Amino acid sequence: MAMIEIRDVSKWYGTFQVLAECTSQVEKGEVVVICGPSGSGKSTLIKCVNGLEPFQKGEILVNGIGVGAPGTNLPKLRSNVGMVFQHFELFPHMKVIENLTVGQIKVLGRSRDEALRKAHALLERVGLKDFEQKNPGELSGGQQQRVAIGRALAMDPICMLFDEPTSALDPEMIGEVLAVMQDLAREGMTMMVVTHEMGFARNVAHRVIFMDEGRIVEDATTEDFFGTPRSDRAQLFLSRILRH
Amino acid sequence: MKYHWNWGIFFEQIKYGDETYLSWLISGLGWTVAVSLASWVIALLLGFAIGTVRTTPRTWLVRLGNAYVELFRNIPLLVQMFLWFFVVPEFLPRNLSLWVKQEMPAKEFVTATVCLGLFTSARIAEQVRAGIQSLPRGQRMAGLAMGLTLPQTYRYILLPMAFRIIIPPLTSEFMNVFKNSSVAFAIGVLELTFQARQMQEDSEQGIETYLAVTVLYFVCAFIANRMMAFIEKRSRVPGYIAAAK
Repeated sequence: MAMIEIRDVSKWYGTFQVLAECTSQVEKGEVVVICGPSGSGKSTLIKCVNGLEPFQKGEILVNGIGVGAPGTNLPKLRSNVGMVFQHFELFPHMKVIENLTVGQIKVLGRSRDEALRKAHALLERVGLKDFEQKNPGELSGGQQQRVAIGRALAMDPICMLFDEPTSALDPEMIGEVLAVMQDLAREGMTMMVVTHEMGFARNVAHRVIFMDEGRIVEDATTEDFFGTPRSDRAQLFLSRILRH
Repeated sequence: MKYHWNWGIFFEQIKYGDETYLSWLISGLGWTVAVSLASWVIALLLGFAIGTVRTTPRTWLVRLGNAYVELFRNIPLLVQMFLWFFVVPEFLPRNLSLWVKQEMPAKEFVTATVCLGLFTSARIAEQVRAGIQSLPRGQRMAGLAMGLTLPQTYRYILLPMAFRIIIPPLTSEFMNVFKNSSVAFAIGVLELTFQARQMQEDSEQGIETYLAVTVLYFVCAFIANRMMAFIEKRSRVPGYIAAAK
């Protein structure tokens, strides 16, 4: 059974269709990059995976549990799925360390001590152990995004969703965030990553999904995607972003 | 201007009795503070609750909240005082109505407090709604994505930040509650304005009376302002825009 199973998912905003019969799956331990022009629905698709965006047709299973199914305990499902946002979305009124403990304590019911131990270890891992008593507003963008990754990992997720994690960062900070993600991928984390970082896709991803106008146009292994993408649209996209 | 100034009037005895005018004013001040603080508590509790539900995805709750705010914002406070005092008791179930009219202890005080509390809560609800909606949409998502329920997301993520953002308008509201409490004299609460009118008639020293009352209201509002400024300082978030000096 695939870790994430997306079957025939369609979504409309009013009469405007943002997702059209999207079907794909992510196996356990697999890293899948989703790319495509802006407005192609890639961020919407990834937000459907943990139920942050509702969808009207099709189904999505995470570890066998239906996201859109009535009776699904969405908070419980989401606590198993880590998510990293384009704009970090750390909680500004909490210290860095509290950002990593709040979910563990309030959602998973861990003791304060246990949550703190876990948080310390994760901050060390993302290279920010000296910043735990700072507020997020006092950190650089790259540091904030590393904290956000730590915050997601603190919940011991079974898979991770990244929604353009480096798009809001200065070029020199992109590397430090990608390095953390790369380590995570090496350790076998199941990851779904919306990104324009084609270098990351080439080096880390097992598969690449290319979307355009709400459709999955291409779903290929990384070698095939960068070697011989079949659709014209994907070829055009690649030629545009790889030129620079 | 021919006016016989007498600043010693406050220490003189009232015409029929052995109290001084000062004791009238002090007792009036006490009721003003009591009405203001009690209605502030009601306003905060209801205002935060109603402002919060107006930002939830539940359409019927949002409509209910909006209707509440419009109702209390669109009627003058003085008219609301009279409505609560003279009209509302008539529409209660018979036994309750009789009890309210005849036996309810501190009837004027309770009515004025409820009235001012609800009136102010509508204004706070509007500020709370604006505060929550001014937060990035991603904050709610981040809370939910972590597995917090919607109420938990409000409790731990959205409301603490919204509260900090709306401290400046809340400060004005806290000051307003002291000033608006003067309307309670109209239904016979023996608060500062009521006592001032009584002192003016009794002593015929209107100018001294109202200047003194002016100072007392000013001091109340000013203390309220300083208290909120203290809270604002204590809850400042380092590195956040609102923290800039």
